[in-house]
Amino acid sequence: MDKQRRKFLKIAGASVVAGIGAPAIIKLTATPALASGHDAAAAGHEAIPAAGHGEQGGHGEAAPQGVRLGMVIDLRKMNDTPGLLDAAIASCIAAHNIPEFPNSKDEIKWIWKAPFSGVFPEHSSRHAAKKITDNPAVALCNHCDEPPCVRACPTQATFRNNANGVVAMDYHRCIGCRFCMAACPYGARSFNWYDPRPYIKKYNKDFPSRMKGVVEKCNFCSERLALGQEPACVESCRGTGAITFGDLNDPNSEVRQVLDKEFSIQRKPSAGTKPSVFYIV
Amino acid sequence: MIEKTLKGKPAYWIWLAFLGMFMAVGAACYIRQYNIGLGLTGMSRDVSWGLYISQFTFLVGVAAGGVMLVLPYYVHNYKEFGRITILGEFLAIGAIVMCLLFIMADLGQPMRALNVVLHPSPNSMLFYDAIVLNGYLFLNILCGWVILTAEKKQVKPPKWIYFFVYLSIPFAVSIHTVTAMLYCGLPGRHFWLSAIIAPRFLASAFAAGPALILIACLVLKRVANFDAGRKAMNKLITIIIYAALLNMFFVGLEFFVAYYSNMPGHIEALQYMFFGMEHHGVMYNNLVPFMWAFVVLAFGAIALLATPAARKNDFVLGIACLMLFFAFWLDKGVGFVLAGFVPNPLGEIVEYIPTMNEIGITLGVWATGFMVVTLLYKIAIGVEHEVES
Amino acid sequence: MYNKGTIIPGLIIFVLFVTFPIWFNGLTTAGDLPKPELPPGGEKQCVESADYMRANHMQLLNEWRDNVLRDGNREILEIDGKKYPKGLQTACMACHSQKEKFCDSCHTYAAVEPYCWDCHLTPKETASKEAIH
Repeated sequence: MDKQRRKFLKIAGASVVAGIGAPAIIKLTATPALASGHDAAAAGHEAIPAAGHGEQGGHGEAAPQGVRLGMVIDLRKMNDTPGLLDAAIASCIAAHNIPEFPNSKDEIKWIWKAPFSGVFPEHSSRHAAKKITDNPAVALCNHCDEPPCVRACPTQATFRNNANGVVAMDYHRCIGCRFCMAACPYGARSFNWYDPRPYIKKYNKDFPSRMKGVVEKCNFCSERLALGQEPACVESCRGTGAITFGDLNDPNSEVRQVLDKEFSIQRKPSAGTKPSVFYIV
Repeated sequence: MIEKTLKGKPAYWIWLAFLGMFMAVGAACYIRQYNIGLGLTGMSRDVSWGLYISQFTFLVGVAAGGVMLVLPYYVHNYKEFGRITILGEFLAIGAIVMCLLFIMADLGQPMRALNVVLHPSPNSMLFYDAIVLNGYLFLNILCGWVILTAEKKQVKPPKWIYFFVYLSIPFAVSIHTVTAMLYCGLPGRHFWLSAIIAPRFLASAFAAGPALILIACLVLKRVANFDAGRKAMNKLITIIIYAALLNMFFVGLEFFVAYYSNMPGHIEALQYMFFGMEHHGVMYNNLVPFMWAFVVLAFGAIALLATPAARKNDFVLGIACLMLFFAFWLDKGVGFVLAGFVPNPLGEIVEYIPTMNEIGITLGVWATGFMVVTLLYKIAIGVEHEVES
Repeated sequence: MYNKGTIIPGLIIFVLFVTFPIWFNGLTTAGDLPKPELPPGGEKQCVESADYMRANHMQLLNEWRDNVLRDGNREILEIDGKKYPKGLQTACMACHSQKEKFCDSCHTYAAVEPYCWDCHLTPKETASKEAIH
């Protein structure tokens, strides 16, 4: 009698453990990283182009074909026009309901001004040209091809959109562990230490705000691309050539034309992140 | 066996009430933080991890340190540790409870914590950390409880439990290795980007954990009439000395690599920690006193522990262990995590000073851990006394 | 029966207590069925039937969320000539502009607090910050 009860308890216990564990295991094997077959299935699903940008969905590991959105920032042209960078930053703040905290420790920054030596520590020299040392540089998320933040995220709240190479955030899923902030070599990520709403000066009705306790960053204006518009910062620099935006994998795109002609640099190439943002200095 | 926690001398209850007070304050502080946001802490955009994560890192080590009792006893059949192995296992439980609480306190959206399970991400080290930490917690509860129950009944523990006991040994190593990997795999943080982080973590863990157990033994000897035995204590001291020396050796290696190679990225954080760093004409040196206190206390403690005359005296021995525990807390529970964020990725220096609310939560979690350990030790000692009488 | 004097009043109190939700809702307005106000613009058409939306709007919103944010599928829905850019603010609030009179009426009744509004802005909220500037 006692033995039977014991056996029953053992089987019951094992079944409970199996029952609890199974969904996690199924989920695990369903992630693209482990089940390569999944990518092919997703490809068909993603093959709906966003207006005006012709994003073609789902390419697997062999990346060069397909769309990889990128940006070239020409610091010479940016600094030629006074106020241009400020206008670009302001348009980003307005488009994305970015709060402006009075205390620098709480700051939220998507695209911002910083000294050249900070943005490009690996390219700084003791006797840099005056135009380099006197003018600010621009920093924003690099939308890396090998993003360390995505590697670090424990919930896939931040991920690389394989359809266009944008490193995106899902604010609904972020648990606010800030591992991505420690992982990003560019300081491109900000955390909502407080509820941002009281610090948003003006609302854009077509875009949400964020909530306290999540990490946020530049999204390459995915919401504007979908409507066939340029990113906000690109639009506010239109006509100056200060920022060029487009598909890095398309040899005929405007960004590639610029990159083919001019010498460009990237931030911290030694970090192996393969940024999608290029700079001409 | 739980009933043993319900009977005790007045000192026992006063101690529990004392801890309970800190827990209550911590809970109140946490409710504030939950409602208002992590802005109530001293953390910032640039120093995005603070006391919570540094305490977590240190306490993972304390938990792993318990294996320094399990390994000699079960693998090398070192009988002298028979009485105190359970103390190591129960300390690990308390330490991991603190680790998990610190993680929860640090989350911006704690209600979504289960997303780690619902959206498992094998590319993230936090995924593995969640697995090994919970696994180690489970193993210690299981092994500790089953073996203590067997002791109470004065029978041999069931054979199957030894599988889990042996499994807990690689798990102990893994919890601190994976915790080190949270840091040492990040491309932009030069101070953390070092292959010696995991061995260094383990070395300091194998000193700090046993040091705390030794302190516990000395306290229990006075308040609970529990004698761990001089031979066991001397063995523990030997383990602590070697592990502590290894940690200091590894710290020295970091210094050599940084200053001999003269690579700015490697020097900066060490410079900031130990000597202070000038930036835009301002001297930033918040951590300097802490780091030198770490060095002085660590070598002082090692010297005391290595002096036969000094360690024969229970009081001096206790002080030496306390010094060592505090030294390695300064090293890993303060310096290591905070200095990793200096300078920030854009070369700026932002210093971190914890707020009162944050310290309140931190003390509350520590008090909770001590409460768990106290209750578990009360059970373990109660059972041992019962068997002996 | 022994102790009639205590048992019967006790039972009555007990029954009153456990049926509290029923008679409280009956006596007050708390139990009245909510009447969500239809779009002030008079739109009659939604992306799905009213019945479907009533039962499944939360799943639909989650699906849109994953489409837009995770799958990069921001395709604009077109139903009977009307365009709906997937999104709570861009599609839903365009017609149902009064969250307080539409969404909240049922959510309050069902005592659910969806976290949508922690981030997503209602027209009322956006209007409040346009005036300041």
